[in-house]
Amino acid sequence: MDSKQLYQEVILDHNRKPRNWGKLADASHKAEGLNPLCGDHIWLSLKLDDARVENIAFEGEGCAICKASSSMMTTNVKGKTVAEAEQLVREFRDMATGKLDIAGGPNHLGRLTVFAGVRDLPSRVKCAILPWHTLQAALRSETVVSTEGDQDPVAAAS
Amino acid sequence: MTSANTVLQAIKPAGALDVGRIRADFPILNVEVNGKPLVYLDNAASSQMPKQVIDRLVRYQTSEHANIHRAVHALSEKATAEYEGARRKIRRFINAKEEREVIYTRGTTDSVNLVMQGYGRAFLSAGDEIIVSQLEHHSNIVPWQMLCEEKGAKLRVIPCNDAGELLLDDYAKLFNANTKFVAITHVSNALGTINPVKDMTATAHHHGVPVLVDGAQAVPHMKVDVQDLDCDFYAFSGHKMCGPTGIGILYGKAQLLEKMKPFEGGGDMILSVTFEKTTYNAIPHKFEAGTPPIAAAIGLGATVDYLESVGLDRIAAHEHDLLTYATEAISQLKGVRIVGTARNKGAVLSFTLEGVHPHDVGTILNEDGVAVRTGHHCAQPVMRRFGIPATARASFYLYNTFAEVDALVAGIRRVQKIFG
Repeated sequence: MDSKQLYQEVILDHNRKPRNWGKLADASHKAEGLNPLCGDHIWLSLKLDDARVENIAFEGEGCAICKASSSMMTTNVKGKTVAEAEQLVREFRDMATGKLDIAGGPNHLGRLTVFAGVRDLPSRVKCAILPWHTLQAALRSETVVSTEGDQDPVAAAS
Repeated sequence: MTSANTVLQAIKPAGALDVGRIRADFPILNVEVNGKPLVYLDNAASSQMPKQVIDRLVRYQTSEHANIHRAVHALSEKATAEYEGARRKIRRFINAKEEREVIYTRGTTDSVNLVMQGYGRAFLSAGDEIIVSQLEHHSNIVPWQMLCEEKGAKLRVIPCNDAGELLLDDYAKLFNANTKFVAITHVSNALGTINPVKDMTATAHHHGVPVLVDGAQAVPHMKVDVQDLDCDFYAFSGHKMCGPTGIGILYGKAQLLEKMKPFEGGGDMILSVTFEKTTYNAIPHKFEAGTPPIAAAIGLGATVDYLESVGLDRIAAHEHDLLTYATEAISQLKGVRIVGTARNKGAVLSFTLEGVHPHDVGTILNEDGVAVRTGHHCAQPVMRRFGIPATARASFYLYNTFAEVDALVAGIRRVQKIFG
C-alpha cells in the first residue's frame, strides 16, 4: 500500500495537535498502555458517569499512528456509553487486523476508517490498536496493558 | 548535483572495491520492494548472502549430506571433512591458535550464553562483580544479569560520553578484588562505536580478569585477530557476515575451555556413557552436543572464502567512504540528529528526525524500497543514555552504493515533507 493512504492529513493533523491531551484531575478510571517493541507509551484517564464516558484525556509518547489513533479515539468515545465504547474497541481491532471489511457491512467507525491501511503493515497494527486496548483496560479497571505477551491484542483478537 | 558516485568512481584508486561486480554476486539485490529497487540498509541486523555461499549450501545438500562424526560410509566421511574443514578456515580467518578453540554455536547470543553457563556458573559466586558496558546489545547484558541473580553477583557498567565512546578511566576504576569477568562489545550495534577492546582486555588482564568480546558487528566488517586482541572469548554470528542464520562461533582460549563445564549434554559431546558416569569429549566437541547445523557450518566456511576473496581491508575502506558520505549528507538536513558520533566508528548511522517517530520514518522509507531498522536495536540502555525511545538506523555493507545513500537521503526528505 501507499503510505499516502495511511499518512492522510487527518492522521497527520491529530499527530501534530492531539485532542484531549493531558490528565483528568477527577478521573474515575485510568490505564497505562505500553508497546515495548517501539516505545509507544500512553496514559489514559477517563471519567465515567452513569456508564457513560463523560470525559477522557490521554498523554504519552509514540509514533504518529499511535498518537493520532489515541487522539481520534478520545474524540470518538467522549459522550458514548461504556457498551458503545466497547463495541468501537471491537470494531477498530477487527478493522486493524483485517477481520472487518469496512466496505462490507455496517459499522460505527466513521472517520476512524482512515486507519484501515495498517492491516497491510503487520508491524504497525499494534501502534494503532494500543490506545483502544488501553481504553478497554481502563473500562474494565485494569491498570497496565502491554502489546506483548499474553496481553497481546493482536493475538487476543485471533 | 553531480552524484558522489560518479565523482568517487572517477578518483577510485586501484585496488578499491568494484561494487558493481560485488552486487552481481547477491541475487537478492534484484528484488523490488513496492515497485522500487531494494535499497538494503539493515545489514547490522542481518546481511545478504552471495551466490557463492548459496551454491555451496545447495551443493552440500545435493551431494554431500549425512550426519557427521558417526558413520564410516562415504557421505558421512565427506560431510565430516567439510564440517571440520570449515572450522579450519574460520580458525585461520580470526587467527585462533588452534582449531579446537573454535566452537560452532547457533550465533552470538548462543555463544555468550555458553560462556555464562560454562564459565560463569562454574567460577563465579556471591559478591563477585561482572563488568559490561553501556553500549551492549541485550544479548551481552541479560545472560550476565541472569547469572548475577542466580549467584548474588553484581553487574557494573562502563559509562559512555555523548559521542557514544566508552569512558576508559571510569572503566579502569571499576576493577576491584571482586571483579571476576568483563563482557564488552567490539562494535556497538546501535551507534557504530568501535571500542578499543585490545587495550580494554589488557586492563582486565592486569587485574587477572578474563574478557569476552561480542564481535557480532566487527567480524563482518574488519580484520579481527583474536590472538592480537588477546581476549579470552570472542563471539560472532554467521548471518551478519553474508553467511547463513543458525550458525555462529565462540572462540575461547583452550585452557579456559578445558576448565569449563559443558553447556548442553547429548550425543557427540561424550567419549563414553554408562548409567554410572559419562566422560566428556575433548574441546571443541564437548560444547557441540547433538547434530549441529552442518550445512550452515559449511556455508560459513564458504562465507569466509568469499570475504577473503574480496578482502576485509577493502570492505572496511568502502564502508568508511559510505559512512563519511552519508554522515555528511544527513548532517545537512534540518532537524536530523545523528546519535553516535564516535571518532572511531563502523558503518552504522543511527538518527532521529525532529517531530517524527522512527517507526513512521521506517514505514515511509519502506515505500521507497529503502530498508532501515527502527526501534531500540535491542540496546535499550543505549537509548536511555541518549534520552530517546528509539532511532532509525542505516547500516552499510560491501554491496551498498553511494546512489543508495542518495536514495536514503531523498527518502528522509520525503518523510520531512509529509510531516511538514
